[in-house]
Formats: sequence, C-alpha cells, structure tokens
Amino acid sequence: MSELGVVLFYTTSSAIQAEKVVVKEGLACKLIPTPRQLSSDCGISLRFSWENRGEIESAFKKTDIEFDAIYHL
Amino acid sequence: MIYLDNAATSWPKPPEVIKAMADVLGHAGGNPGRSGHALSIKAARVMYDTREDIARFFNSGNPQRVIFTTNATHAINIVLRGLLKPGDRVVVTSMEHNAVMRPLRYLQKRGVEVYVVACHESGLINVADIEKTLNTKTRLVVVNHASNVAGTILPIADIAPVAHRAGALLMADTAQTAGILPLDMAGTGIDLLAFTGHKGLLGPPGIGGLVIGDRIDTGQIEPLILGGTGSQSEKEIQPEYLPDKFESGTPNIVGIAGLQAGLKWISKRGIEAIRSHEKEITGILIDNLRDIAGIRLYGTLDPALSTAILSITMDNKTVSEVGLTLDEEFGIMSRVGLHCAPAAHRTIGSFPEGTIRLAPGVFTSKEDIYRVIQAIKEAGKS
Repeated sequence: MSELGVVLFYTTSSAIQAEKVVVKEGLACKLIPTPRQLSSDCGISLRFSWENRGEIESAFKKTDIEFDAIYHL
Repeated sequence: MIYLDNAATSWPKPPEVIKAMADVLGHAGGNPGRSGHALSIKAARVMYDTREDIARFFNSGNPQRVIFTTNATHAINIVLRGLLKPGDRVVVTSMEHNAVMRPLRYLQKRGVEVYVVACHESGLINVADIEKTLNTKTRLVVVNHASNVAGTILPIADIAPVAHRAGALLMADTAQTAGILPLDMAGTGIDLLAFTGHKGLLGPPGIGGLVIGDRIDTGQIEPLILGGTGSQSEKEIQPEYLPDKFESGTPNIVGIAGLQAGLKWISKRGIEAIRSHEKEITGILIDNLRDIAGIRLYGTLDPALSTAILSITMDNKTVSEVGLTLDEEFGIMSRVGLHCAPAAHRTIGSFPEGTIRLAPGVFTSKEDIYRVIQAIKEAGKS
C-alpha cells in the first residue's frame, strides 16, 4: 500500500467541497474521521495518496478551497 | 379544490420534492458534520451540493457563504440583529413584512435609527426617495423584493447602486420572489439575500437561507444562535468560519433535500416559463375583476410589475366573510386579513380591515382562475 496523507479542514462544508474537487481531478481520496492524534477544527478529513500531494494542493489553490493543514500519515 | 394561498406556502409540491425528502431520511440519515461515518458524510454531501445549487441559482459566488436557516424570518434576523449597532441607521420601505419590521422596532428601542421610506399606494417606490434618506450612518438598506400583500415588485437593481454609493449594504427579502423572478446577486448588487424554501422554491416548510455576497466582511455580523457546529469542538468559542459561524445545531437535512429537489424542478421548468404563466393568470384575474362594482383591487394592477398576488376587498362584505364563503361554498383557499404586514396595508390603504389575498401559483390553471372569478362574482351577490 502506498503512503497516505490527510488534509484537515476548518469546516465539514470545506471537506465535502474538497472531496468533489479531488474526485473531479480523477484522483482517489476518502473522507474519514479526523485521526485523533492530529488536532483539527473539523470532524472529517480527506485521506489521499501521498504521491498526489502536489496535484491536490494545486487543485485546492485553483478552486479557493480553504484547508487547515496537510499531514503525512 | 383550488389552492390560492401560494404566497403563504406553495402547494402542491412536486412529487420529486417529496421523494427526495423520503430518500434522504431513508438512506442518508446521518448527522452531517458531526460524525465521520458513511451516513453522516452522505448527509453532508447533500447539504454541500445544495449550497452549490443555491449559489448557482442566485449567482452569489462562494457556496460556503450560503447559510441554511429555518426560514426567511430567521435569515433576516441574523442580519438585522447581528449587523446593526446603536447609532446605525437602517432604511426600509413601507411595504416590509413584520419579519423585518418587528426586529427593527425591537432594535429601535436599543438605539438603532429606523427610517421607513413611503411607497406609492400601488406599492411602487421612487428610488430618489430612498437616496434622500441615506447618510454616512446608514449601515443597511432592506427591500422587500415583492410585497406579500400586493405583489408589487421593487426595483432592487436600481436601489443597490444607490445604497452602495452611500456606503450601505443592501439586503433583499425574497420570500415572495425566490423561484418566481430571476435573481442575480452578483449582477444586481444584492449583498445579503434572505430566502425561504417553502414558497416559490417549492420545498418544504422549515428550510430557508441567507446568502452572503462575496464582498461582505462577515466579521461584522454577529451570529444569532451559537452552539455546536461539529467543528472546533475542543473550543467553547463560536467559530468564525463560514458556514459554521451561522449554522449551530443539527441542520434540517430533510428540508435541505426537499429544497434541492425544488430547485432542480424549477431549473427544469425554467424560471421564465414559470414567470410568464403566473403573469398570464394574474392578468386574467385582474382584467375580469377590475370593472365589477363593489369590488376594490389593490396594487399596480399590472402583472408585469407584480408577482402572482392580487389583494381585493368587497364593499358590502368583510374580508373574513368572503374568505369563508370562498372556502366553504367554492373550495377556494385564500388568505384574508393583514398578512403580517401592517405597514404594507397602511401603504395600499387597506388597514386595519385587511384584504382577501388571491395568490395563484405555478400549478394553478387558467380554468381554475375562471372558476375563481365566477365564485368571487357570486360571493359578492349572496
């Protein structure tokens, strides 16, 4: 299994918006409960393949997605 | 049975609306944003997708600035009670509903200066009369986009630049126009749009919203209701992020699903088609009632300048007598009285008696309207 990353958000609404953007880019992702070891503002986070980090970040930038932080799991 | 009370709530609802509500309750019943499991996320997706649909429908921009509320009254209260401070001036028209006037009279006692601009007896307004009242203290202009009493449409696109030149924000109360008239926030300069889901948008009661324009600094609006949002749960301080700042408590996901289906239904039918049908049937109603002795009509009497609402009174009968006769003898459902808008009735000259309000909708046929005309003629005689 490849390495995973997770994006943390301020609101659930942003997490859902981000999921739509990532899916539209043709990249795999999954909304998961925010891992407890990571402090977050929002109860759900977006898990993704770490190798896609660059593409995901630029997609967020393009679509003005507000996010808290990205972590390498 | 002929339902002519669409200005109070639209009926019937499209079957798609009822199905969407049952589907979400049956298959996406989680609490959006509170948990991370599949049903919660499904519900959160319905909610977010509906934000996008609303933002597109009103051309407002960022979907995170679509705030779900219980109704238009709730949305209006968020703005009036969250934005206005003692010493601020707020300018409104004399056609406002109590959803606006009651919070404003409450705020007036607490130091907010409330200025009511008189409308013409038809409900129309002279934009220059609004301009005259604006000063540097004017924080907000509130306009009832169309009157719930007379149907009169106010020229929101002409009022917006006037408000902005004075440094004020413009809020539109679209309770009577969302889903009925095209609304373009970015194009017309509406800063804050309050809507309800259960009238022209054909959704269920209990869902509405406040749409906040992209240029508004939401830091200046205090939340009306504070509490759990599913975000920043470790803090006992209300988050500033949108939409959470203004959306505490478990949302009405069933209502949101119904609203989404209503929007879809309207987009499919086409808002221009809906408007043209409503104009036509309102025109028939006006043309056939205006020359009858003993019946008085209120408003512009021009369907191009109003929504599908006609208020009437009869010289020889009280409005409640007529309402009861229409209901019991003809199966026609209207609303009689003051319609929660005493200011509007004073403006059009029907205070304190009120009017019989005939409010057809998208599902009212021409045949229905001819039956109504006949019934009103007979009710006047008996």
